[in-house]
Amino acid sequence: MMTDLNKLTIAEARDALRKGDVTSVELTEACLAAVEGAGALNAFVHHTPEIARAQAAAADARIAKGDAPAMCGIPLGIKDLFCTKGVPSQAASRILQGFRPEYESTVTQNLFDAGAVMLGKLNMDEFAMGSSNETSCYGNAVNPWRRGNDEAALTPGGSSGGSASAVAADLCLGATGTDTGGSIRQPAAFTGITGIKPTYGRCSRWGIVAFASSLDQAGPMTKTVRDSAIMLGAMCGHDPKDSTSADIPVPDFEALLTGDIRGKVIGIPREYRMEGMPAEIEKLWSDGADMLRAAGAEIRDISLPHTKYALPAYYVIAPAEASSNLARYDGVRYGHRAKLSQGDGITEMYEKTRAEGFGSEVQRRVMVGTYVLSAGFYDAYYNRARRVRALIKRDFDEAFAAGVDAILTPATPSAAFGLGEMTDADPVQMYLNDVFTVTVNLAGLPGIAVPTGLDGKGLPLGLQLIGRPWEEGDLLNTAYALEQAAGFVAKPAKWW
Amino acid sequence: MSIDLETAAKVAKLARIAVPQDALPALANEFNTILGFIEQLNEVDVEGVEPMTSVTPMRLKRREDVVSDGNQQAAVLSNAPDAREGFFAVPKVVE
Repeated sequence: MMTDLNKLTIAEARDALRKGDVTSVELTEACLAAVEGAGALNAFVHHTPEIARAQAAAADARIAKGDAPAMCGIPLGIKDLFCTKGVPSQAASRILQGFRPEYESTVTQNLFDAGAVMLGKLNMDEFAMGSSNETSCYGNAVNPWRRGNDEAALTPGGSSGGSASAVAADLCLGATGTDTGGSIRQPAAFTGITGIKPTYGRCSRWGIVAFASSLDQAGPMTKTVRDSAIMLGAMCGHDPKDSTSADIPVPDFEALLTGDIRGKVIGIPREYRMEGMPAEIEKLWSDGADMLRAAGAEIRDISLPHTKYALPAYYVIAPAEASSNLARYDGVRYGHRAKLSQGDGITEMYEKTRAEGFGSEVQRRVMVGTYVLSAGFYDAYYNRARRVRALIKRDFDEAFAAGVDAILTPATPSAAFGLGEMTDADPVQMYLNDVFTVTVNLAGLPGIAVPTGLDGKGLPLGLQLIGRPWEEGDLLNTAYALEQAAGFVAKPAKWW
Repeated sequence: MSIDLETAAKVAKLARIAVPQDALPALANEFNTILGFIEQLNEVDVEGVEPMTSVTPMRLKRREDVVSDGNQQAAVLSNAPDAREGFFAVPKVVE
């Protein structure tokens, strides 16, 4: 029997399962033990060992019959934003305390149909609103990485912070994430793992608790690019239950990983060279460009002139959609209802329920959204932001039309910061974490974060590649070439 | 554009979130920080640009206009904080 089964990649585990060198039950037990020993990371917030063991046994039976899709028997963590039938699914919010869905999200159903195993639900920012996992009702998830010998707890990023922490600490072989402004890519970069947000419409949003419906996309968070290719293939596909889900074929993403990027044109957008960018990030970025050039790609300077306006547009559009989506949490049909005083009517029930149920960041965004959609401001804020969004997308369209195959940028403006370090900063300072990733959501494009180096304190740093719509296969291949060239193999030293 | 306490209270009311009186100044302050950030959008020339309605040029799928699901009263009510006799129960709405 192999050792440290929880440390395997999805591809390694799949191959070992098919050869009969290991069983899904063994893999699952190894992961359950790792989860059990990692309470200090606070990554898993609802544990489902009974489900995991049953799914693992079923997967082993399937594999024995020779019917084994790539994800069959692979133990995963599932972000708390995904509705999982009969299992708490509360988007890390008090307002969904006790909620047990009567249905399964399409993405998790697709994974289970492929034979995947669910170990439990993962920590996140409340309603996916945050960049540090500090808005969660479960408390902070913690990054397994530390700054050298400094014991200060660092953020795993957000909003998919539990997913990132769990994958980086080898508690599971892969995890689901969701990304509205960078919530897969930023935590992936902060924890030295790979995460891809596919093209808008590639994964069904059905059964995923909605934050901003025109921006939300699910994607995999994994240890390698190959694993992302395998897991994304199992997650996506057309779903009649989501009218924005694309009815187009899903290619075999893994088969497209040749590592050959000769002749590909990689754009370097000058507007992403932010003032005050740390020298380490600057160097990481130019090293990444050199690696792709050495692999035979053409590196081309490009301009995406409206980049500066992406964050302000996002902080109109996302709160506006959130205020609408979160109107459903009213204490009537599911979740928390406030205790009412004598004489309280239905309005008091709504107001008290939402004040108790939503944390401060969620309240803030719902109210900003309410304001920008209110009579008299709709045109000045919301419609203007949607116009700017059209211009941001046009910038990308023009770059791709001029022959650019992918765009290389930093994934984040810094390495992981300390939990609590941003507490006194104003909300906008926290929003700046998404400066390199948010454009991709506004334009509906696929984007992937790949770890390519360490900073001076030993923390992982990642680069982002942005691809053409629906060309995740090509994007993954470019990311694969970057991964091969960077040779990032560092792992956090175990302290938990 | 500056948000005063009255506007902050009005927005909280519209959002159906109870905000205590003494929390309004801090809230108004945060709104102003965020709206100040958003103000940058006024620098952009959006003349002749249509507001985006769909990020991918796709036509939304339509399904047959038929009943596709139903008879799930127990499942629908299973998560209700207060369900009685097959209904969601709420405080008195009509005097």
